[in-house]
Amino acid sequence: MIAEVGHFALVLALSLALMQAVVPLVGARRGDATLMGVADVTALVQFGFVALSFAALAACYVASDFSVLGVYENSHSTMPLIYKFTSVWGNHEGSMLLWVLILGLFGALVAAFARNVPPTLKATVLAVQAWIAAAFDLFILTTSNPFQRLWPAPFEGRDLNPVLQDMGLAVHPPMLYLGYVGFSIAFSFAVAALIEGRIDAAWARFVRPWVLAAWMCLTLGIAMGSYWAYYELGWGGWWFWDPVENASLMPWLAGTALLHSAVVMEKREALKVWTILLAIVAFSFSLIGTFLVRSGVLTSIHAFATDPARGVFILCILVLFIGGALALYAWRAPMLRQGGLFAPVSREGALVLNNLFLTAACATVFTGTLYPLALEALTGAKISVGPPFFNATFGPLFLPLLIAVPFGPLLAWKRADLAGVAQRLTGAFVVALLGIAATLAIEGRPALPALGVGLALFVMAGAATDIAERTMLLRAPFVTVMRRARGLPRSVWGTAFAHFGLGLTLLGIIGETQWGTERIVAMRPQQTVSLRRYDFTFDGVAPRTGPNYRDLVAHFTVHRNGETIGVMEPAKRTFPSRGTTTTEAALMTRGLSQLYLSLGDPGADGSLAVRIYHKPMVLLIWLGAVVMVIGGGLSLSDRRLRVGAPRPARARAAAQPAE
Amino acid sequence: MRARLAILLALMLVAHAPAFAVQPDEMLVDPQLEARARALSRELRCMVCQNESIDDSEAPLARDLRLLVRERIKAGDSDRQVLDFLVGRYGEFVLLKPRFEPHTALLWLAPLLALLAGGAAVAVAWRRRPAAAGTDRLSPDEEARLAQLAGREDL
Repeated sequence: MIAEVGHFALVLALSLALMQAVVPLVGARRGDATLMGVADVTALVQFGFVALSFAALAACYVASDFSVLGVYENSHSTMPLIYKFTSVWGNHEGSMLLWVLILGLFGALVAAFARNVPPTLKATVLAVQAWIAAAFDLFILTTSNPFQRLWPAPFEGRDLNPVLQDMGLAVHPPMLYLGYVGFSIAFSFAVAALIEGRIDAAWARFVRPWVLAAWMCLTLGIAMGSYWAYYELGWGGWWFWDPVENASLMPWLAGTALLHSAVVMEKREALKVWTILLAIVAFSFSLIGTFLVRSGVLTSIHAFATDPARGVFILCILVLFIGGALALYAWRAPMLRQGGLFAPVSREGALVLNNLFLTAACATVFTGTLYPLALEALTGAKISVGPPFFNATFGPLFLPLLIAVPFGPLLAWKRADLAGVAQRLTGAFVVALLGIAATLAIEGRPALPALGVGLALFVMAGAATDIAERTMLLRAPFVTVMRRARGLPRSVWGTAFAHFGLGLTLLGIIGETQWGTERIVAMRPQQTVSLRRYDFTFDGVAPRTGPNYRDLVAHFTVHRNGETIGVMEPAKRTFPSRGTTTTEAALMTRGLSQLYLSLGDPGADGSLAVRIYHKPMVLLIWLGAVVMVIGGGLSLSDRRLRVGAPRPARARAAAQPAE
Repeated sequence: MRARLAILLALMLVAHAPAFAVQPDEMLVDPQLEARARALSRELRCMVCQNESIDDSEAPLARDLRLLVRERIKAGDSDRQVLDFLVGRYGEFVLLKPRFEPHTALLWLAPLLALLAGGAAVAVAWRRRPAAAGTDRLSPDEEARLAQLAGREDL
């Protein structure tokens, strides 16, 4: 019964979406406020129905109702409650429902909170949003029904894939989807602007908070996925250039570019046409990512060809929305008025450079991900494009970008003095040179990693320079500095934090890849192995029982300079319901570095294969991402975005007591 | 203790634990040769896996390939010869970094082409900008409105 309620709620959501797709548009054409107002109501109610549908599905999972096919295939009665809940989106059907839930959430948020947006624009935005919602509702109902019943109902479920039974995976997909789907708002705003044929700086101000929020979620989602892979897959890698990862990286790159070009548009009314295109492109990459992951085309072209229903449907959605939006763009964009002029060396110029390299990097990832598929489809030749290719191409494209990062925020709008900015960055140059010298002194040659450390420090020191300059740090009395620091717009702090975080991540990547050490040994009990001044003593193994698994735990004592600093307990985890085994690595954090232990196979002689890693500064990789997100949050809380466009005088008088 | 360990390990084998990437018994004694083998392994794809190098993969095939790479290195092959040997046997699908050839030229040139196309677009937009300069001025209507507003300010 609950499943049927959920199914029916989704049908109702679809019909509301169809209404919302048409009525507000007619209203906007006619200037009819009542018809336009329909969008607000339908957006909220539509979200309510999708939420009801999602809640019904979650109820089926939590209650282990194995008469629902998806629950039977992806859940088990002995699973901890939290994983029963998260397995709702641990499969295709459920994750698509989560996708439309988040889409509905964003639509409802626009309806409820975008009060400053002119009514016709808002109505058009919500209509475009409803087109997307209708397409995906229809997709779920026709090809991926999560409420499919199974009769007779089995007694027990087949359990969730063990590697997915983890907190990291519980939170990773929702975050990623919040990012993916969040870009749909920017897309809808772009399409609405093209339909209306009018665009100005206010448009950028309406869109920016949504882009920022989506970008923050995507950043966090990618970082979380990376950390999850790091500790769960058992060999300490944190980025694999896997097509699924690339699918999330492409919208991130396009979204980052959009974030920056929207600044130019908001402040200077320049790059309008380009910003519109980026808004379309960012969400297009979200759709492409959804297609790549959900159609099975990545596994093999043949898998896609044998069960094409879903893939073809998403492909149609893809062609319809991306093709439609780009066609609309080609038709209407030339009519948009271009704004503000600027010299090549200026803040605008720096942001154009940023956009150029980010989009080129995005194009590279796109080509690398899809080239093998296209080549096989066209010529039958099978090639692989893996990490060595991406490292060789992506790195060089990011390098100039990183060098330019500290310059950008220091450049003046319209026309800037590059030599003057370089002079103001003297401190950052000195920090970078000291870092290079120190690295060479400690680690010796080769020089390349040391230069990398220098670059990372330059990015971080450059971010700090902007704040130091604006607060007159070291030049004015402390009280003045504090007052100026408080007076700085939050978006300035946001930029500094985000750029600083980028430097941190870079430092972590260099530390881990250049100075990480590893030992692979067969160990017998009581044997000791050392790595980077740490001694690992293998004490033995013991079984342990979890709620729905059995662990075989190996016990290691870790010493440093003869002192015991702790124990590490990597394990092999067996799930009887699926007969599968996962490796549970043990991690010990030492400052920003980590020790990492994972188990391999037992040898015939009673020994156990063990992989021991020392990963210097590895935590910075994710910490940097967190700092970037904090920067995004600061920007999001900036006064001009909170307050938005001017409100009626009466409201403002009430909000601001006498100063 | 020892007996218990043996039993547990036997249990583990029965539970069919996946073999894990590089095993201690595969490794070469000479650290330099082993380092070369590891570096090469990262460039080679485990053909039955999804986008995993043989260095990371747990599949039996990956283990066979790892042993093969080490065999060739011990036999005195250069890195290039090892890769040639594997490509000859398994096709270029085995390489994670495809070689620059006519059918992969577009792939390898993509970053450069993207950058050039972007640069060209920027250049074209730049050339066209004098035409856009006029929009910075106010239209007669706007001038009139401004004058009206300014006049009101004076009151």
